[in-house]
Amino acid sequence: MPLRFLSDDKDLSQAQWKLRTTREQWLIWLGWLFGVSLFLLCWKVISDNTMWVFVQDAPQQGADLISRMWPPDWAYANLLWKALWDTINIATLGTVLGIMMAFPCAFLAARNTTPHPILRSFALLIIVSSRSINSLIWAMLLVTIIGPGILAGILAIALRSIGFIGKLLYEAIEEIHPTPVEAITATGASRMQVMSYAVLPQVMPAFAGISIYRWDINIRESTVLGLVGAGGIGLQLNAAINSLAWDRVSIIFILIFATVVVSEYISAKVRKAFI
Amino acid sequence: MLSVHQLTKCYATGDKALTNVSLEIPAGQVAALIGPSGAGKSTFIRCINRLVEPTSGKVFLGETELTKLNQRQLRRERRRMGMIFQEYALIDRLTVMENVLSGYLGYTGFWRSYFRRYPQDVVKKAFVLLERVGLEKFIDKRADALSGGQRQRVGIARALLQSPDILLVDEPTASLDPKTSRQIMRLIKELCIERKLAAIINIHDVQLAQLFADRIIGLRAGELVFDGLPDGLDADMLTRIYGEEDWNRSVQSDEESPESSKTKSNSHDIHSALKGTNV
Repeated sequence: MPLRFLSDDKDLSQAQWKLRTTREQWLIWLGWLFGVSLFLLCWKVISDNTMWVFVQDAPQQGADLISRMWPPDWAYANLLWKALWDTINIATLGTVLGIMMAFPCAFLAARNTTPHPILRSFALLIIVSSRSINSLIWAMLLVTIIGPGILAGILAIALRSIGFIGKLLYEAIEEIHPTPVEAITATGASRMQVMSYAVLPQVMPAFAGISIYRWDINIRESTVLGLVGAGGIGLQLNAAINSLAWDRVSIIFILIFATVVVSEYISAKVRKAFI
Repeated sequence: MLSVHQLTKCYATGDKALTNVSLEIPAGQVAALIGPSGAGKSTFIRCINRLVEPTSGKVFLGETELTKLNQRQLRRERRRMGMIFQEYALIDRLTVMENVLSGYLGYTGFWRSYFRRYPQDVVKKAFVLLERVGLEKFIDKRADALSGGQRQRVGIARALLQSPDILLVDEPTASLDPKTSRQIMRLIKELCIERKLAAIINIHDVQLAQLFADRIIGLRAGELVFDGLPDGLDADMLTRIYGEEDWNRSVQSDEESPESSKTKSNSHDIHSALKGTNV
């Protein structure tokens, strides 16, 4: 009770007001004490398990690594264009495939558009299982099933994207204004017509933004898929690291960095165009 | 035209929104439905086209009993009932023309409407309607680029493209300024006369209701407490509908001269001042 009367006659001119009661104040203080203690305890455990000898020469090691990375092996870039192209294709085709599967899923999962609660739980199950597995793990599974190569990469990206796009899109669908839906329903339109006239235009900007954002993420994720044999520039990265060719590693980093910057630029442009 | 028998609506929460409301609206009559917030006005008109399913009671549109139709039949009958909303309920990102054409959705298939392939005579009809409501210069504008009054005109054109027999109008002026409110109400009234449409208009503004409606229906807590001519609505009746309040200050001018109240310029309060700037 933040409001406190000093006298019994509930006289407001004698009253005090504080944001929290004393009890709440104490609980908050204890909460902070507990949180800070836990943090310090964890710090201690991690510190005990760290071999500080290795950490102590970290600056020299870091400097050494950078000196071996520099100058980058510029000529090696010519062998990378194909792998880079594969990476971009994996990301783009994977995203497109993911969108195609996520779109109907989102409409089945959104409370206000789902035809039946059972279908809704089914769609939610798809979305959750897709989200709970990282694309690198999807790729590992797929490489075992369909063999190494770009196809495994594309499918890994697609499977991971379903959950991301599906979840964000169905949340956007649940947040639309209900009155246009009412208005279109009142004209005698069918369910599908209500979707296409009242729901779709309202979620279109969100849908475009989400998809392009996922494509942006997928470009970054597909650069590592090669580590498990699912195609793309990660394959070369893995080989370069294993053979300690650090000047090649650095040129790969530079290329990945440039690609991500470009994709960031494109996604910003597209998002602006769709509002 | 429209007859409602013993309409009752209980929401799942247990709130009783309507209790045994019965009334008849003959063809071509404009009826204003007034009452305090939460009296069940919106529920009432939504029970007619079954956007809200009534708990019990019957609704007839002409010879058809709306309350026993299946979904497919209901969709066909909804075409005969145009609906106009408080917040216009337009699709913001679509153009004015697409919004108006959506009034034709009940008559056309999914793919034709998806690709916006509407028959030429429907497109022509939409042009005529847009011209009638004064929006011929805005046909290709996006709906969210329009002002409130213009948006409501789009809503009206959309409802009329359905070729309805009755208009269900939910607070058409609640988001508009006083002058635009009167223009919109006048437009609805004129269109009802031109096309011999019946209309039920939910409205908060008692003066506007008296000015533009042929008949006033008062709801209080889901029950019908007044049904009569606009002139019959005096301070006692307003007290019955809305509860105790000093109604005379605003109703006085009507009581003095009910016949000429529409053109009189008596400005002892804001409402009669507004009436002075009439038609």
